[in-house]
Formats: sequence, structure tokens, C-alpha cells
Amino acid sequence: MANHDSSVNYINEFKGIKSWLFSLDHKRIGILYMITVMFFFLIGGIAALGLRLELFSVGPTIMTADTYNQFMTYHGAIMVFMVIIPGIPAVLGNFFLPLHIGAKDVAFPRLNLLSWYMLITGAFITIATLFVHRVDTGWTFYTPYSIRTGGATAMAVFGVFIMGMSSVLTGLNFIATVHKLRCEGMTMHRIPLFVWGLYSTSILQVLATPVLAITLLLLAMERILGVGVFDPALGGDPILFQHFFWFYSHPAVYIMIIPAMGVISELITTFSRKTIFGYTAIAYSSLGIAAVSFFVWGHHMYVSGQSETAGIVFSFLTMLVGVPTAIKMFNWTATLYRGSISFQSPMLFALGFLFLFMIGGVTGIMLATLAIDVHFHDTYFVVSHFHYVMVGGTLMALMGGFYYWIPKMFGKMYNEALARITFVLIFIGFNVTFFPQFILGAMGMPRRYFDYLPAYESLNRISTVGSWLIGAGFLISLYVIIDCLVRGKKAPDNPWGSKTLEWTVSSPPPHHNFHHDPVVSAGPYEYR
Amino acid sequence: MMWMNLARAQSLMPTEGTLIATQVNNLYVFLLIASLIASIIVIGGMFFFVWKYRRKTPNDKTPYLSHSTTLEFLWSFIPLVIFLGVFAWGWYVYHGMRTMPTDALEIHIVGKQWAWEAQYKSGVKTSNLVVAPINTDVKLIMTSNDVIHSFFVPSFRIKQDVVPGIYTALWFNANKLGEYHIFCTEFCGSQHSGMIGTLRVVSQEQYEAWLEEESKVGLLPLAQRGEKVFQVKACASCHSTADAGVKVGPPLFKAFGKTHELANGEKVLMDENYIRESILTPNAKIVKGFPQNVMPSFQGQLSETELSALVEYIKGLQ
Repeated sequence: MANHDSSVNYINEFKGIKSWLFSLDHKRIGILYMITVMFFFLIGGIAALGLRLELFSVGPTIMTADTYNQFMTYHGAIMVFMVIIPGIPAVLGNFFLPLHIGAKDVAFPRLNLLSWYMLITGAFITIATLFVHRVDTGWTFYTPYSIRTGGATAMAVFGVFIMGMSSVLTGLNFIATVHKLRCEGMTMHRIPLFVWGLYSTSILQVLATPVLAITLLLLAMERILGVGVFDPALGGDPILFQHFFWFYSHPAVYIMIIPAMGVISELITTFSRKTIFGYTAIAYSSLGIAAVSFFVWGHHMYVSGQSETAGIVFSFLTMLVGVPTAIKMFNWTATLYRGSISFQSPMLFALGFLFLFMIGGVTGIMLATLAIDVHFHDTYFVVSHFHYVMVGGTLMALMGGFYYWIPKMFGKMYNEALARITFVLIFIGFNVTFFPQFILGAMGMPRRYFDYLPAYESLNRISTVGSWLIGAGFLISLYVIIDCLVRGKKAPDNPWGSKTLEWTVSSPPPHHNFHHDPVVSAGPYEYR
Repeated sequence: MMWMNLARAQSLMPTEGTLIATQVNNLYVFLLIASLIASIIVIGGMFFFVWKYRRKTPNDKTPYLSHSTTLEFLWSFIPLVIFLGVFAWGWYVYHGMRTMPTDALEIHIVGKQWAWEAQYKSGVKTSNLVVAPINTDVKLIMTSNDVIHSFFVPSFRIKQDVVPGIYTALWFNANKLGEYHIFCTEFCGSQHSGMIGTLRVVSQEQYEAWLEEESKVGLLPLAQRGEKVFQVKACASCHSTADAGVKVGPPLFKAFGKTHELANGEKVLMDENYIRESILTPNAKIVKGFPQNVMPSFQGQLSETELSALVEYIKGLQ
């Protein structure tokens, strides 16, 4: 039986760097992921600030066109594969999935540790291309450019391949955990919605990522061995690559957003002290989005040269994905109705999420519309749209979730006033950065442009200034976290008055999560 | 200025140069209004609830509202109907874009790193310039020499990837005279953002006159041909060709055959090879007092004949 003394917890029970690097405790692995993701976010963020700075004025300013293209590639690849995809599932998911369902750990703790090692190995290989021969293909690696360009593309995609395997293993682990390790009384309809989000995402990760792996392997074979698959000069078909790539990368968009939606459900119920409105609808709409998301990849390819019929079918199916997404928006808003709403920093991020995700959603419908997308495709409108969803959505949820769970993870409270300031900076900065990009896109400014026409300059300047606000917001967030770890006051077990299981244990939780096996007799949001 | 076409925005979109563009704008305006209303409902609802139901005492009790089948059906069904309506409208306009007119004026387009080449049936070839008559169906038959490019005319709301190994097509029927931008919207390497062409819409008579004029270019003396290339590539915006002061780049008037001092202190004789090198790899030898990294490379954008013509033209500036 574990020690009942609440001063012994997962952080101080074992000491030394080895006890972390070889830990099988899902909480410690979650912390490892957290440090990793924060580090990559810093690199990807610096690249983003560099890009925006270059775009501050017409003409070359701080870098050459080739350097810009490399910055753009590493910004995209790092943010997608090393930050947003592992962000919520591997950091918050790892830490809280077992706690949420009353389990001692995930189903395969060794596999869990292995996935972290695979992520850092893959990331190391991909980032090491910086010192070998920098890649300039963009994160999409479109052929035949990626086959002909000088960069170390094969090495970069090999790294992404390994990171993909890490993502598959995490997915498998989570699916098994949700099915097999729920505590007594924890039926599928009593698991928190965050768990539903992680579960839906895991299914996507397991089914979609292998397609990416195959595609990247074929690409590497073509580059190294000259096997003609995608390059027409070798008898290949470049559009085939796009089909393969988006068959993974479109579901990947939902891999990025569905866990965020789960976090938002937790935050909104807690801080409005109210049960979720439409638990079943939200839970099953996650599964619905996951299922339909496999059949919409062609909406990235309306002007690629695929047939008109394909475009029509994909547009129709894309509209269908809009419905479960709209349902969630309505359910969250309805949850606020007659609640008791407090404005602590996690809730501010959740409300910020609703605002930004709404804009990301309606512009998504515009892009799904065939005739409109022909004009907007590959312009800044698309850049803005997916940043509203990925940053305005996923990153806001990650920040909100982070502030929500820090007291549990480290047993300490952070400086609430500073945390609210970070929200204000990030939220305002985000809109200042990305809203002008919608207008730029509508005016026709293509994406991945190192230089642009003078007519686009004023909006680009506004956008760049916004990026500084975001940067400042995240720097202060880093300070908030460090300040919390160093000086934070001891956190109570349940500072927000939440109803899910992780708040019933001490902060930080003990090594095996629960002192006694929990028994559940009600749903996760019993605020009465 | 050409970019005024972009700045003269209607609902923040570029000038409408075709009927299709107007149709796209109508749909876009509808979507903007519908999105605004939807956002006001959801975001407005959020703000209202958040303000009205803010926490008043630390022990507030809340009602247990778990779901409402009617409400949830309505907010699934109404968006579905709207989305499908938008889908159908988008399909209708898209079908118009993708249905190629018969009896159109056909122009072949070749995308290459980093220029657009147009070839007319009469044999006329242009670089980064497409000239088309007004109120005429024009069909572009496009392919690429190297990697994927994408042919985008914002004012016409048309875009199509230009893929090596296959032909893709676009059509338009311009209803406004003027010059419009052609952008490349598929990332194609270093000079992707510089791959900008001009689509010039002229009257039928002007079009015929232009075609006539251009078909004679091949028969012009080499130096005169060079002068034309010099104009088309806008070399004169940086290099003066008469005794009229110095612009951004070194003046070319009476420069040939003379020795020039370079930025690194070396000297170079301006002969045919130095002109050629300066066009293809401009940063190799920078003349003293002029900036580095300003002139773009014209590698791959000029044929051998055009290069020779330029050399002859510059030689003749005495």
C-alpha cells in the first residue's frame, strides 16, 4: 500500500535525473513532454517572430529569400509535429488521462516512455538538418519540389516519420487505457469529456499516421534511390503525393483540435460551476468529427488538378464536419447559461478559445465553399484561418489547461494577476497579428511570400506588431511558470472546486495516483 | 499603378474583372453577413451569459441542465441546412469556373522557376505577360517545366495549379480593360514571391495590333530585340541607358569596353561575358558604390537569343 503521508508525492518520492529519464510514471513522462514541447515551442516561436519581422517592410530586410523559406519550413514543421500534435495529448493527456478515469497509470507505461524517446529522437533528427543542409520545402514537403531541392529533405522526413511512430504509440496506449483501466463505476458515459477528446484523437493517430509514414518513406526512397513515385520526370504523379499527404494531414488537424475541445469542456464546467450541457452530443460529436475527418482531405486540393467531381464530393463532406463542430460551440455557450461564472485565468483562455474558434469556424465554412476557396486557396486567408484554429483554438486551450492544472501538477499556485496579463497580451496580440491576414488574403496576397507588393505593406506591419505582443505574452507565461515553481504558495487539493477525479487526490498526486482505488457513482460534472 | 487593382477593394476584395469574379463576390458577401450574424449570436450569447451569470457569492448554486433534445436538434439541423445551401451555391459558381468554353481563344502557359511564359498560336512568345482581348472567352492551357506552380489572378478570382507532366486549364472572359496581377500561389523555391506576371486586357483591335507587332520581334535586328527585352524586364528602372544620372544600379551608357572597379577593390573589364554573368548571377561582381543583393537573377528567364540580344543592345549604348 502506498504511503498515506501527503508530503510524499510523485515529484519527491524519487530523486535524481535518472529517476526522471527512466520513469514509467505517466505523470513524470507528462512533465518530460511538457519541457520538450515548451523547448520546441520556443524555437518555433522564434522562427515565427523572424518571419514576421522580415515581412514588416517591402523588400529584403533582415534575411534572404532562401533563409526566409527555411524559417517558414522550420516554423511550420516544428509547430505542427513537435508542438501542437504532442501538445495537449502527450502533456496534459499523459498526466491527466489516468487520473481522470481513476487508473494508476496508462495501460503500457514502458511504451509511454518509449514514445517520448521516439519524439525527441525524431525531433532531434529533423532539427539536425539545420546543421546539415537546411530544408526549404515548407512543412508539407510537396513533390516534385521536395525531390529536387537541395535541402536534407530525406533526413527531415525521416525525423517526422519517427515522430509519427511516437504519436501512434501514444494513441494505442490511450485507447487501451480508456477501454481497460477505468475504475469501478466509471462507465463510458461518466468519463470526462477531455477523455472523450483524447480517445477520439487516439483513434485518428493510430489510423492516419501510418499513411504519413508510408508517404514519407516513399518520398525518401524517391530522393535517395530515384524510384519514380511522385516526380513526373521519373514517371510519377505529384498530385498523388498531395492525396497521401492530406489523407494524414487533414485528420491531423483534428488530432490537434479535438483534445483542445476536451480541455475547453473541463474549463467551462468548472468555472461556471455547472454541468455540461449535452454531454452525449459533445462526446459523440468528437467521434463524429474524427470519423468524417478521414473523408475530407481533398478540400486542400480544389485547385490541385483533381477532378471537378472530387472537389464537389469533398466540399459536401467538409460541410458535414461543420455540423458537429457547430454543435460543440452551441453546447459550450449553453453551459454558461445560468451558471456561476468566475474569471480566473483558465476561464479567460476558455472564453478566448470560444471567440477565436468561432472566427476560425466560420472562415472554415468559407474555405470549404468551392468557388470561394478557389480565390482564397494558398493565400494569407488560409494562413489566418488555420492559425485561428490551431493557435486560437489549440494553443489557447493548452494555455488554459495548463493554468488550470498547474496547481495539481506541481502543488503550487501561480501569480493570478500576471497570468491574466498573459491572456490579455496573447489574445489581443493574436487578433492584431492574424485578423489583418484575412484581409490580406482576400486582397490576394499569396502565402509563403518572402516579399510582397507595396499595397500589402500597412496590413503586414500591423500583423508584425501583433506578433510582438504574442511573444511578450508567452515570455511572461514562462516567467509565471518559473515564478510558480520557485515561489508559488502551496496549492490546495481542489483550488477551483472541480468535480473530476484528479482533484480528489493530494496536490501534487502521489506516485500511484490514488491512495485507495476510487469508486465512481455519478458523472464528471455533478455541480448541483 | 497596377497594384491599384488590388487596393480598389470592394468588400475588401480586388477589382472584379470578370462575371465570375462578381458571382464569387456575391457569395462571399453573403457568407460574410451570415458569419457575422452567427458570430453575434454565439459570441454575443457568450458575453451576455458571462456578464449576467457572473459569480455573485462564493457559494452560488446552479441549476442542473443536462440537455434539451429539441434545442440540440435545432442547432444541429439549422446549421446543416445553411451549410448545404452554401455548398450548393459554391458548387454552382465553381461549375461555371470549371466548364471550359468552346471556341475560346487558346493560349499556352508554361510555368517555370521563376517566370510565366505564354505562347500564342501564331508563335508569339512572351515572358511574364499575357495579353488578352476584352469580352472574349480565353482558355489557358497550362503546364510546368519543373515543379508545381499555381496560376492566380486575384481580380478574376481564378486559380489553378500548374503541374509538370499534365495539362491543367483555366478560362476567363474579362469585362474590364486594364492590367492585372498574376501570382504564383504554390511554393516553388527561392524566387516564389517574385514570380509575378501581368495580365493585360485590351480591346480587340489593340490585341490584334499587339500580336502583329510581337510576331515581328523575331525578325528585328538583334540590338533592337535587346531593347525590347530591356523594356519588358524593366531593366531601366535601375539602370540608366543615357547620359542622365545614376539610378540604383550601375549606369550602362558608354560602359561597355571600359574597366570598372569592384566593391572588393578588384577591377573588371566590361565585356560580353561580364554582362552575361551580371544578368544571370548579379551578385558575383558588384561595381564599387552599388548595393549587394538588390538585382534578382534572371537565370532561367531568358533564352540564349534574348541574352545575346541584350548584350548587343548594351554594347550599342555608346
